[in-house]
Amino acid sequence: MAERQTTGVMTWIGQALLYGVFALIIGVFSSWPPYHYLEPGQALIKLSFNHQGKLVADCRDVSAEEQAKVQPTMRRTKICPRERSPITVELELDGATVLRTVAQPSGLSRDGASTTYHRMQVAAGTHQLVVRLKDDARSAGFDYQHQASVTLKPAQILVVDFNPSQGGITLQ
Amino acid sequence: MHPLRATRLHALSGFQSVERLLDRVCGSRLNPLRQLGALGFLLFWMLAGSGIYLYAVLDSSAEGAYRSIDALSRQQWYLGGILRSLHRYAADAFIVVMLLHLLREGLLGRYSGFRRFSWLTGVPLLLLAFTSAIGGFWLNWDQLGQYSALATAELLDFLPVFASPLTRNFLDAAAVSDRLFSLFIFVHLGVPLLLLFGLWFHIQRLAHAVIFPPRPMAVGVTLALLALALAAPVLSHAPADMAVAPNSLALDWFLLFVHPLADVASPGWVWALLLATLALLFVLPVLPQAPVAPVAVVDPANCNGCRRCFDDCPYAAVTMVPHPIRSARQMAQVNADLCASCGICVGACPSSTPFRSAAELVTGIDMPAAPIGALRQRLTDGLAGLGAAPQKIVVFGCQHGADVTALAGPDVLPLDLICTAQMPPSFIEYALRDGAAGVLVTACLEGGCAYRLGQRWTAQRLQGTREPHLRTGVPGEQLATAWADCGDADTLRSALDALRARLVPIVTPQARTAVQAHG
Repeated sequence: MAERQTTGVMTWIGQALLYGVFALIIGVFSSWPPYHYLEPGQALIKLSFNHQGKLVADCRDVSAEEQAKVQPTMRRTKICPRERSPITVELELDGATVLRTVAQPSGLSRDGASTTYHRMQVAAGTHQLVVRLKDDARSAGFDYQHQASVTLKPAQILVVDFNPSQGGITLQ
Repeated sequence: MHPLRATRLHALSGFQSVERLLDRVCGSRLNPLRQLGALGFLLFWMLAGSGIYLYAVLDSSAEGAYRSIDALSRQQWYLGGILRSLHRYAADAFIVVMLLHLLREGLLGRYSGFRRFSWLTGVPLLLLAFTSAIGGFWLNWDQLGQYSALATAELLDFLPVFASPLTRNFLDAAAVSDRLFSLFIFVHLGVPLLLLFGLWFHIQRLAHAVIFPPRPMAVGVTLALLALALAAPVLSHAPADMAVAPNSLALDWFLLFVHPLADVASPGWVWALLLATLALLFVLPVLPQAPVAPVAVVDPANCNGCRRCFDDCPYAAVTMVPHPIRSARQMAQVNADLCASCGICVGACPSSTPFRSAAELVTGIDMPAAPIGALRQRLTDGLAGLGAAPQKIVVFGCQHGADVTALAGPDVLPLDLICTAQMPPSFIEYALRDGAAGVLVTACLEGGCAYRLGQRWTAQRLQGTREPHLRTGVPGEQLATAWADCGDADTLRSALDALRARLVPIVTPQARTAVQAHG
């Protein structure tokens, strides 16, 4: 009888210990060790845009003979390609090119917007930043360029975006 | 042996060492490793209960979410704060328990044959659980939520399925809208509903599924998590600020480990790892397996439609259909795809009693590979083979538990069964009447039955709380039980020695006379 009571007590103590250890493991690894997403003294530059490039080729006039071949309701004066130009972006930091990427238009007919997203860690402080963007396959060189001296605090996020209504390349 | 199988068995041996250690600490009934599925359900209910309260007080706008959750911890720590912490810690525990459940079942090889359905419906639950858990961090729109949401967006953007990168939703504060929060809420509330639906599927083919652990265990786990919630309450980081990257995060490594993994490797590597893991888990059930034993077969002439096999089948493989030869009666029907060939139905059948006078014992439902008639024959022949041994002992045991055949001796007749519950209790009385001085019944430890319910049904039948029950006329001193898992020969041997010692005064004529005179 006494032995059974002792066993019962030991079982209770054992379970208490077991659940205590379980709770301890849960408690510890639910918040430790801390994760350092960004090293001290670093800042973040994010380059992201969602922009539809210009048409890949010029529209052309439709001749009278061509118009005559189709129904009157189907006639149009110009034919334009659906495909859009890929978008090339170049990011230069303190005189060195740190990123050059080409974003293809989305869609099966490549007639959608081109998108891209990149993030890079840089040391906090003042940097000379040059961003160039080309969205027209017919043009030579880059169509947009933005040059700025930026001062980044530690952990600051600088977003490089593209918004034609705001003049093209934006820094925020 | 195939190297994969050898590795699995080696790992299983290690896992079972831990399991046996916990058996000694808690007893097999309260061993958490034997109740992982039920524990998972308990934690799910805990998450649902605490989550309902948290949702009631959550301001589901981008502007107010942080404030409403943070206020819980600071202004209502005694209720909302504790529930918030309990919610988080229960989620951690749920993931741990779920992964251990997967590991245990995988190591035991429980992914093929009749268990294939449960395995295949269980694997997607992993994804749903992690998705739901990760989504929970976004609702509390602090730096950790900001980091998790952005990291998840980066991970998803790797897949070429979104027209616009999801990451653009987190470029600046203006991009984080109330609509986005509606999506967060859908992820954290909708996915758990899918999870619950999936859990229902997962246990569909289990009869008497345990969705609540034994009360002491439920109380222990709840108290442990409550104590943790009080000792280390979960607090918010600083509010999310899309212009500032979080530096040091108190990351929940159970739920969010995938984000640092993607940071260190790449989203592509994480997807590759995830797909490889899922592919492995889905392929396991279709790998070549050992041939399965023939399933139970019903004999209409001996089935009276009593439904006991229907009640006792652990895998819901038995259904009742109109009896083909007895009007207004039912008959058992076995679904071969669900049948585990465990024989528990045979032990439940009233026609399985060995006292039937027919020369050939044919029962209502039987195992073609190990018919009940053959068991009666083995018993009769075996007892006769022991000759004039003064203290004949019959040991009924399970092929998956402790090895009963190792007990064979001049006065011991071991009879191994597919599962101990294959034997109706009347066999004990039959053995005693046929010359045995004692009977030892052994099965797997409680919670460790290879066929889930064999040990429980056996114990209940012997205690007289389940049909077919052991008749009360069977002398208790001539019957012993021993619950011992595979490899636990010591427990079995000790039980046998104890029974043998108990039988000495009974089998010695003088002692028997003395006992009778005393009685």
